[in-house]
Amino acid sequence: MDTITLKIDGVEVTVPKGYTVLQAAHEAAIKIPTLCYLKEINEIGACRMCLVEVKGSPKLAAACVFPAADGMEVYTNTPRIIENRKKTLELILSNHRKECLSCVRSGKCELQQLCQEYGIEDENYYAGANPVFEIDDSAAHMVRDNSKCILCRRCVAACTVSQGIGCIGPNNRGFDTNIGSVFDLPLAETSCIHCGQCIAVCPTGAIYEKDSVDDVFAAIHDPSKHVLVQVAPAVRAGLAECFDKPIGTDAQGKMAAAMRRLGFDKVFDTVFSADLTIMEEANEFIDRVSNGGVLPMITSCSPGWVKFCETYYPDMIPNLSTCKSPQGMFGAVAKSYYAEKEGIDPKDIVMVSIMPCTAKKFEYGRPEMNIDGLRDNDYVLTTREFGRMIKRAGINWDMLPEEDFDLPLGLGTGAGVIFGATGGVMEAALRTAVETLTGEELPNVDFEDVRGLKDIRTATYEVAGLTVRVAVTSGLANARKLLDMVKAGELEVDFIEVMACPGGCVNGGGQPQVHADIRNFVDIRAERAKVLYALDKGNAIRKSHENPAIKEIYETFLGEPGSHLAHKLLHTTYTERKVNGNWEK
Amino acid sequence: MIRSHVMICGGSGCTASGSKALQEAMEKELVAKDLQDEVKVVQTGCFGLCELGPIMVVYPGDVFYSRVTVDDIPEIVEEHLLKGRIVDRLVHEDEVLKEQVTSLNDTSFYQVQKRVALKNCGLIDPESIDEYLAMDGYVALQKVLQEMTPDDVIQVMLDSGLRGRGGAGFPTGLKWKFAKGYDAPQKFVCCNADEGDPGAFMDRSILEGDPHVVLEAMTIAGYAIGANQGYIYVRAEYPIAVQRLKIALDQAHEYGLLGKNIMETGFDFDIDIRLGAGAFVCGEETALMTSIEGNRGEPRPRPPFPAEKGLFQSPSILNNVETWANIPQIIINGPEWFAAMGTEKSKGTKVFALGGKIKHTGLVEIPMGTTLRTVIEEVGGGIPNGKKFKAAQTGGPSGGCIPASHIDVQMDYEHLAEIGSIMGSGGLIVMDEDNCMVDIAKFFLKFTVDESCGKCTPCRIGTRRMLEILDRITEGKGTMEDIDKLEELAYYIKENALCGLGQTAPNPVLSTIRFFRDEYIAHIQDKKCPAGVCTALLSYVIDPEKCIGCTMCQRNCPADAISVTDYVAEGHKKPSLAIDTDKCIKCGACMNNCKFGAISKQ
Repeated sequence: MDTITLKIDGVEVTVPKGYTVLQAAHEAAIKIPTLCYLKEINEIGACRMCLVEVKGSPKLAAACVFPAADGMEVYTNTPRIIENRKKTLELILSNHRKECLSCVRSGKCELQQLCQEYGIEDENYYAGANPVFEIDDSAAHMVRDNSKCILCRRCVAACTVSQGIGCIGPNNRGFDTNIGSVFDLPLAETSCIHCGQCIAVCPTGAIYEKDSVDDVFAAIHDPSKHVLVQVAPAVRAGLAECFDKPIGTDAQGKMAAAMRRLGFDKVFDTVFSADLTIMEEANEFIDRVSNGGVLPMITSCSPGWVKFCETYYPDMIPNLSTCKSPQGMFGAVAKSYYAEKEGIDPKDIVMVSIMPCTAKKFEYGRPEMNIDGLRDNDYVLTTREFGRMIKRAGINWDMLPEEDFDLPLGLGTGAGVIFGATGGVMEAALRTAVETLTGEELPNVDFEDVRGLKDIRTATYEVAGLTVRVAVTSGLANARKLLDMVKAGELEVDFIEVMACPGGCVNGGGQPQVHADIRNFVDIRAERAKVLYALDKGNAIRKSHENPAIKEIYETFLGEPGSHLAHKLLHTTYTERKVNGNWEK
Repeated sequence: MIRSHVMICGGSGCTASGSKALQEAMEKELVAKDLQDEVKVVQTGCFGLCELGPIMVVYPGDVFYSRVTVDDIPEIVEEHLLKGRIVDRLVHEDEVLKEQVTSLNDTSFYQVQKRVALKNCGLIDPESIDEYLAMDGYVALQKVLQEMTPDDVIQVMLDSGLRGRGGAGFPTGLKWKFAKGYDAPQKFVCCNADEGDPGAFMDRSILEGDPHVVLEAMTIAGYAIGANQGYIYVRAEYPIAVQRLKIALDQAHEYGLLGKNIMETGFDFDIDIRLGAGAFVCGEETALMTSIEGNRGEPRPRPPFPAEKGLFQSPSILNNVETWANIPQIIINGPEWFAAMGTEKSKGTKVFALGGKIKHTGLVEIPMGTTLRTVIEEVGGGIPNGKKFKAAQTGGPSGGCIPASHIDVQMDYEHLAEIGSIMGSGGLIVMDEDNCMVDIAKFFLKFTVDESCGKCTPCRIGTRRMLEILDRITEGKGTMEDIDKLEELAYYIKENALCGLGQTAPNPVLSTIRFFRDEYIAHIQDKKCPAGVCTALLSYVIDPEKCIGCTMCQRNCPADAISVTDYVAEGHKKPSLAIDTDKCIKCGACMNNCKFGAISKQ
């Protein structure tokens, strides 16, 4: 590899050619502050926080985009630079709704952190016009308060570059610039797919999920209700970050203990219904292959992806698996199988779902997500809301013991837990499908080809005389590429896994926000995924069809995968949607 | 046989003052007098003397008629075209030379000028490629394609010393050399015709008066850097320019001077027009390219520079219209010819749009290094109404004000920069003692605040905060600290903004503080606007000794702020009137309607 050597604040550092000054400074253990920069997706040099002096250049350079060069001398923290950064912050503050004490991001806000670091003394130094925007809370999952927006455009990049959607962008210009939808439509009327990647990357409290914490506390404290909780696989890979633990900390045991202390009547695990999903989905796939069904079949666990498909690829709706997502299956089973088993009136059950995902807040409200008029789920919390609940209840995370989930719906396999990482659903499905088709035990359950973070992964397996061609992708911009290849006949596959969020649910829009100064240098997708793969490896049962609780539910309640009852409870239908469809009315 | 040509200006200025009707009337009258086969009417581009429009020049004789009306046509036809007698009453009275001047070239306005970029403007019919060809059009392209290598062309450009006329003054040859140095399957040549400075119309006049020169020059550049596609990014607000460009493109295609296998040399080059939607920032090179790509027109950080990754991420060059207009002549006459004009570091000529408090508003082209005094007093004919010259503003919203104490400054890149202004694209606005310099700063800053794209923090919020401070000062609510805050923000924005628009936005404020600090202080400490412009600081007062009580002011006051007093001045029959300053909205209607000079602003 070609390298270059430069000096940053007097420290000599050798870095690969092609590094920016910001990246080189990181190698020299120097943090250059940023607000707009997101590696690879938002390299626009707009906020001007990262300006540095380059010896010999009369102009300051934006470190986030300025290429490092051999022999360069960079100064990142001279009085001139620090004075400039203070002014940039003071100007941003002059046009910001400074309700920090009641802001959802207080304490975790990147702007607030920089103001502290730079010793901002007077937040009103450049006071002037500071328009108050109307809050957009039209969408099912989130709220946008542009009065707190600093126009870094990270949300726009997440929506446009990562997700290939672009339902938000800058409107108007100059001081009147604001981030919004085409024609200033309320977000709910656009093609937003609720993935929440915009929230995940927002440095301030301008975008946040709709909060259901109070409702869930109220349900827990309602003695007439039997309150159940399910928690998605990826939550255990992110939750500890809410308590300032390193990225990639396994929170499974403490998480179960915390839920129990919060007062849920039963503490269950969505990993159980992930296993259930595999039973149904593997069965559906084998059925499609054997009986000439529509192929390739595409997974339907990710509600953001499902809405994306309904909106942008409606012709591929028949390719979507009819399986409900694990969240939907869980609620349906809890209010039927579990209720019957425990002798509880399903109407008294409150089903709370804790997800790394904001699109789940949209999914649970979809009209078809009910059984005979009873909603599958009643509340959906993100990982962040869950973290807030734990704090509000006064639970000391550090002192929590590690506990197990309750039975039977708390029993899950290693196959179910890797649902939270891109490729996990495919791998879990392959474990079950291969054994079902061959009738033999797999010598090795690790399908390494479908793991990892490459944009599009493909693999071909010869199974019992059948050739099974699979493809895996995450991030909807990548999904677009993959689907276009399939539609153009450039890629022939039988089974596709798509997750809306880049890296899968571990990087979901409901996961704890990670400051850009960490996010730009640590691959949070990989770090969190490691937690799930370790849990898989450590689980004695690593195939969904070997989960005893799954065997029991089929033997005592559902019958066969794909049975009539299974279809009623565990499968769903889709709706064709138009792009920004509602303004065509 | 054609024995006479009547050139009628079809530039935007003269079109606005009625040259179209003039042309139609002339053609009709010629038919009526059966002269249509002997006299040819030509619609030309801008002559420059827009103030005196509509302009007509009759050849032979180069007889220049100004402010011609439709009613004058029969007389011109009868006397001049039929009988060969010049219509004296329509001949221009030169105020500098104090005599009637028959020939345009003899006017004081033209004498100092050196027309290179504007060479053909006013001389040829811009809608005729044949007339362009007759003026050595496309000879430079032929020379380049048949006799020169791309490196030769670039060397000529380097030797000529030509620098970008769009504002920054970057050496054109160097720009081309960089772009040629990058290997790429596709490269682009772009023309910046998104002229947006308030009051500037240099590029517009060239496009309207000599569109082929731009096409020819861009094709030469395409050959030099290895590009086969060009784009002209022109404001949609320039309909005549766009129309003439389209005609020129069609004609060039038809003549084989554009498209595939130009002049059968095997070189392919084509040009498309892209209309700008009126965003000033799209004159910034990266924003312009982003806009051509179909995106929101916003600048991108550099590096990478456009020469490496410009339009569609390909090596690209961008030059402005006036720069292009110099190029064919440099090729034909040689780089030494061009380098002989101007100063040591600023070669050639520069076109300025002369406006404001000056007798001859219009378009002028002068050798680089000509003093501001020459431009104002000789070319511009001085300040009207006997007022005193106070300052000249160059460089538009990115430039600064040159005070009277610097009137002998040489107009070139270096000298203007030395005194805190810039050459800019050529806007030159002259101000007299009635102009308030705080108000001028506010005007230009308001322009950039409106035109800021909103991408970077310093420009988006910083310029707005500066404007708010200027608003406070002009309303009499400023403090002395505000001047410090203005300077502090100004230097910060210059250093931190993303693009040239933001980096130069504070210049009008800084230069007025530098040269006219006392006016700022007068607004702040004395709550007075010395020039009497800032309405919040003014009051209209009736002098009871002069007022004869005619009540004309009272009847014209829209705010009912004027009433009759019981004071009758000596020698007057009626009582005088007085203005209630609380009710007064400072519209000035009273003063404008007073025939006795009894009302004044204070």
